[in-house]
Amino acid sequence: MIKHLPALLIVIPLLVAIITPLIGRINRALSWYTATITTFISFVISLSLLKTVLEQGRISYWMSGWEPPWGIEYAIDYLNIFVLIIISFMAFVGAIYSKKNIDIEIDEEKKPFFYSVYLLFVTGIMGMTVTGDIFNIYVFLEITSLSSYALIALGKKRQALLAGFNYLIMGSIGATFFLLGIGYLYLMTGTLNIADLAVRLPEFYHTKAIFTAFTFLAVGLLMKLAVFPLHFWMPNAYAFAPSTISAVMAATGTKVAAYVLIRVMFTVFSLEFYAQAPFNIQYILLVLAVAAILAGSIMALAQTDIKKMLAYSSVGQIGYILLGITLMNTNGMIGSLIHLLNHALMKGTLFLVVGAVVYRTGLTSIENFRGLGKKMPFTMAAFTIAALSMTGVPLTVGFVSKWYLSVASIEIGMWWLVPIILLSSLLTAIYFWRIIDNVWFKPALGEEGLEHGHDNHRKPKSNDAPASMLIPTFTVAMLCLVFGVFAYGPVSLAEKAAMILLK
Amino acid sequence: MIEILAKYNYWIVIILLCTGLYGIMAKQNLIKKIIALNVFQTSVLLFYVSMSKIEGGTAPILLNHGHGVQPLFDNPLPQVLMLTAIVVGISTTAVALSIVMLIYRQYGTIEEDQILELNKHND
Amino acid sequence: MEIIESARPVYAILVSLLAVVLISFSGKSPNLREMWTMLAALLKFGLVVSMLPTILAGKVIEYHVTRVLPGLDIAFRVDSLGMVLALTASFLWIITSVYAIGYMRSMDEHAQTRFFMCFAIALSSAMGVAFSANVFTLFVFYEIITVTTFALVAHEETPEAIKGARRYLAYLLGTSIFFFLPAMFLTYNYAGTLDFAGQGILAGKASYTIISIIFVLYIAGIAKAGMMPFHSWLPAAMVAPTPVSALLHAVAVVKVGVFTVIRILLFVFGVDLLSKIGLGTYLAYFASFTIITASIMALRQDNLKLRLAYSTISQLSYIILAVALLTPSGITSSMMHITIHAFGKITLFFVAGAIYVTTHKKNVSELNGIGRQMPFTMAAFTIGSFSMIAVPPFGGFISKWYLIMGTFEAKLIPILIVIVVSTLLNAAYFLPIVYAAFFKQPESGEVHGIKEAPALMVAPILITAAGVLVLFFASPLLLNLVKIAVASALGGIY
Repeated sequence: MIKHLPALLIVIPLLVAIITPLIGRINRALSWYTATITTFISFVISLSLLKTVLEQGRISYWMSGWEPPWGIEYAIDYLNIFVLIIISFMAFVGAIYSKKNIDIEIDEEKKPFFYSVYLLFVTGIMGMTVTGDIFNIYVFLEITSLSSYALIALGKKRQALLAGFNYLIMGSIGATFFLLGIGYLYLMTGTLNIADLAVRLPEFYHTKAIFTAFTFLAVGLLMKLAVFPLHFWMPNAYAFAPSTISAVMAATGTKVAAYVLIRVMFTVFSLEFYAQAPFNIQYILLVLAVAAILAGSIMALAQTDIKKMLAYSSVGQIGYILLGITLMNTNGMIGSLIHLLNHALMKGTLFLVVGAVVYRTGLTSIENFRGLGKKMPFTMAAFTIAALSMTGVPLTVGFVSKWYLSVASIEIGMWWLVPIILLSSLLTAIYFWRIIDNVWFKPALGEEGLEHGHDNHRKPKSNDAPASMLIPTFTVAMLCLVFGVFAYGPVSLAEKAAMILLK
Repeated sequence: MIEILAKYNYWIVIILLCTGLYGIMAKQNLIKKIIALNVFQTSVLLFYVSMSKIEGGTAPILLNHGHGVQPLFDNPLPQVLMLTAIVVGISTTAVALSIVMLIYRQYGTIEEDQILELNKHND
Repeated sequence: MEIIESARPVYAILVSLLAVVLISFSGKSPNLREMWTMLAALLKFGLVVSMLPTILAGKVIEYHVTRVLPGLDIAFRVDSLGMVLALTASFLWIITSVYAIGYMRSMDEHAQTRFFMCFAIALSSAMGVAFSANVFTLFVFYEIITVTTFALVAHEETPEAIKGARRYLAYLLGTSIFFFLPAMFLTYNYAGTLDFAGQGILAGKASYTIISIIFVLYIAGIAKAGMMPFHSWLPAAMVAPTPVSALLHAVAVVKVGVFTVIRILLFVFGVDLLSKIGLGTYLAYFASFTIITASIMALRQDNLKLRLAYSTISQLSYIILAVALLTPSGITSSMMHITIHAFGKITLFFVAGAIYVTTHKKNVSELNGIGRQMPFTMAAFTIGSFSMIAVPPFGGFISKWYLIMGTFEAKLIPILIVIVVSTLLNAAYFLPIVYAAFFKQPESGEVHGIKEAPALMVAPILITAAGVLVLFFASPLLLNLVKIAVASALGGIY
């Protein structure tokens, strides 16, 4: 049983996803329980896998006993266990949170289907993470994508439909590019197993076919990752999806795409490849990363809808992740991996908070956040913590990754990246400040004047989010602080992963 | 020249790929976009299948329970992979079509520019 | 140097954080709430004093809390320099708490619970800065002070207050993120550590050019020290209630700023390194510019609090000037002036608040004859002013005396001229107030007879004014403490 945990991780949510609509027939409310329990089981399995990896190193599981490279291998090492813990945790948090959220954002009769698709999504992202077979990654990528198209289109506003459709088009193009890249790899090496590819590929590094393969894989993944300027699908998708889905997708979807990019760039290919590539790949990616960091922050400044603002801010944050990857040294990789964790926690919290605000007020404009500090103090405290972490204030987890990215930039002599990181932190501070200012220092709309005057002590009634939303939100927010102070644990895991990747 | 023409199957792949991409970018009609997407995906199917083909090869079916002389086989793996890809393509199309159906119900049109226009008025 | 492991500095910091929790739960009962504040203030002062004998014996207390990243630790180290700030801030917190209770109740201010909570957090962080063992810990507490005092500056929530508070935040956060943080980062990058050490940590680790760049970044980044051109947050912050201006802008915030400058100059760069490159002299001239300019600006202010604010800017630069001389007397002067200026300036701010509470007057031009109405208060004001001008027998004289000795040791005669001119300017903007208060006729129709502010406000004023005198007569007490710090900064030669 314990031996089969890597397979169970995928099989359990997959099977439950199929039977959830049937369970929903018996009782609609039951579907929430099944989804929550299933994601919880996945999270527990991930934790137990973490323990195994830390004790024994890489896990290799042969699907139905077929020996790799012929059979499909599930390979778990320091890198993907790191990602797996993040995504399984956020999926679990999302599931708990969704209960109240979908009450108002999804039609009653669609609930069981919602959870069914949600579990498929979870299956997909976890499958992409644990599998050691590159074609299998493609299959799980499509499972993830298809379920996320559906989840986005479930949004309450009718704009959600077009957002979902556009994502479908962009996502399919990206995935097809990825598939083409795999085709070239297979053409040259005759294998699909990642570990095997890593062994066989170096002798073909100089060929045009392999360079083409890399280009297709990279472009496909950059589209999935929503790297500027391939990010167009993302703002609308996040803005119109149900809040739970915005949170879970922001916290897991892009993370997994980033993971696959790292896997392809540093396990399938290796540093040697970039040294002899006909173009300076590092330079091109670096320009993209810097452009994403700046453009994301600037576009976020211009938004009036908070969900769109958060989506554009994600564009910038993904730039950071890409930056760490392209620096191609250990500290950069640590920074990038820690930023994966960061961004999952921070953006997760922020979208969860927005969901809670929508639950209470039904609105998502920044203007609407005025005076919420008094109405929803705990939710807004969580928001503030996450915003501080986004800015990179010391003792929050956001600081740790920016520190590593700066150290790494100096290490390879690109000191000019440090002012860019600073500038974007400043922009981040500005666009979050607008909201925090509204939240804590301005009276609610239509209540101006009530607050002033000294004897007017009437406190507006606190009407915070329901516990099933508040507790998950606050837990994730606190984790931003916990990992900011006790950063050593994730950093040492990320360091081990980085050492193997950049050996 | 002949050498290049001899790889006609790969040329077809590229032509289909570009046609598909063009269609996706240029067309306003959502159904046409889906058709273009299908063309685009089909090019990849062709790419895989043609790379598995070996000159003089035949379908990979063992004769006489694997005893005796076997004919030259094509590589079966890419073909199997493409079965998966076809399934994925069909699912994508199905999801896309159902979204388009919903869009038509909500907006009364499937032209992207008109939908965007309607969104603007609604915001 | 003997090192003692003890968590006592952590307790001294946590006391007021605990008080924050208790305060937040007792918002409904003001008396209980104020009791927590007072209790925490007394306890904190007790804890700080309890560490004093150890420090005076030449020992150092250390406590390592956690390691955030390799090279980035949260750790505390109590030495004599930190002790100077900690003693001053924790003692004045007690006094200010009494005063604040009187002020807030007389003015019937809103959101008093938030006020006392932020106050306590700011004090905790000031302790944190005083006891920091490395730049990182110091930076963290430095930022916490900025954020919590922002809420205090914006306390009135009027558009004007919010505008002032925004400017306050923009200056302090902006400079610390754009200059301080990169400076810290570069220090870490070149020195490989951020721990303070007696002879500095940068010597021999980087070229002079890079060290100079780091130096400039630090000086620009520590805007709390009020050096021009990043000084205008201080007048902007005067929209805050007076107790806030008094404690935070005469003691906690600005003193944390100059303390940080001293700490960084002496324990990150080191005296030897700075005098080798000659950076101290540049800084001294730069500070002189601020001293003179701010004094002239103070002359032109009619609003009493604004005049005091510009006076603060000028006095802060005295501290920086003194330490920039890099001589034993100069450094002694800078450390002593932290305490001496704190007592003097807090008295002056207290008086400004008392006048406002009693008469609702804000401007210097309205103060004619007010000495007859509020004799005790204005007597205290006079003591404070004399200390600022450095008239014996008031505390200010001691630090200025050492400063002048310092300029001779450093052989910087132009600086001497600056000191003389600025002393004259100080007299020029303080003495007219004293004169008007006691010798000019009040406007007709004014209330005659004595009408002082509430006792809860007058008592603190008298205590701090007395403190100014005590600091003159009992200066050896402070001097002993400071000498240890100077010795550790100069490597035992003193």
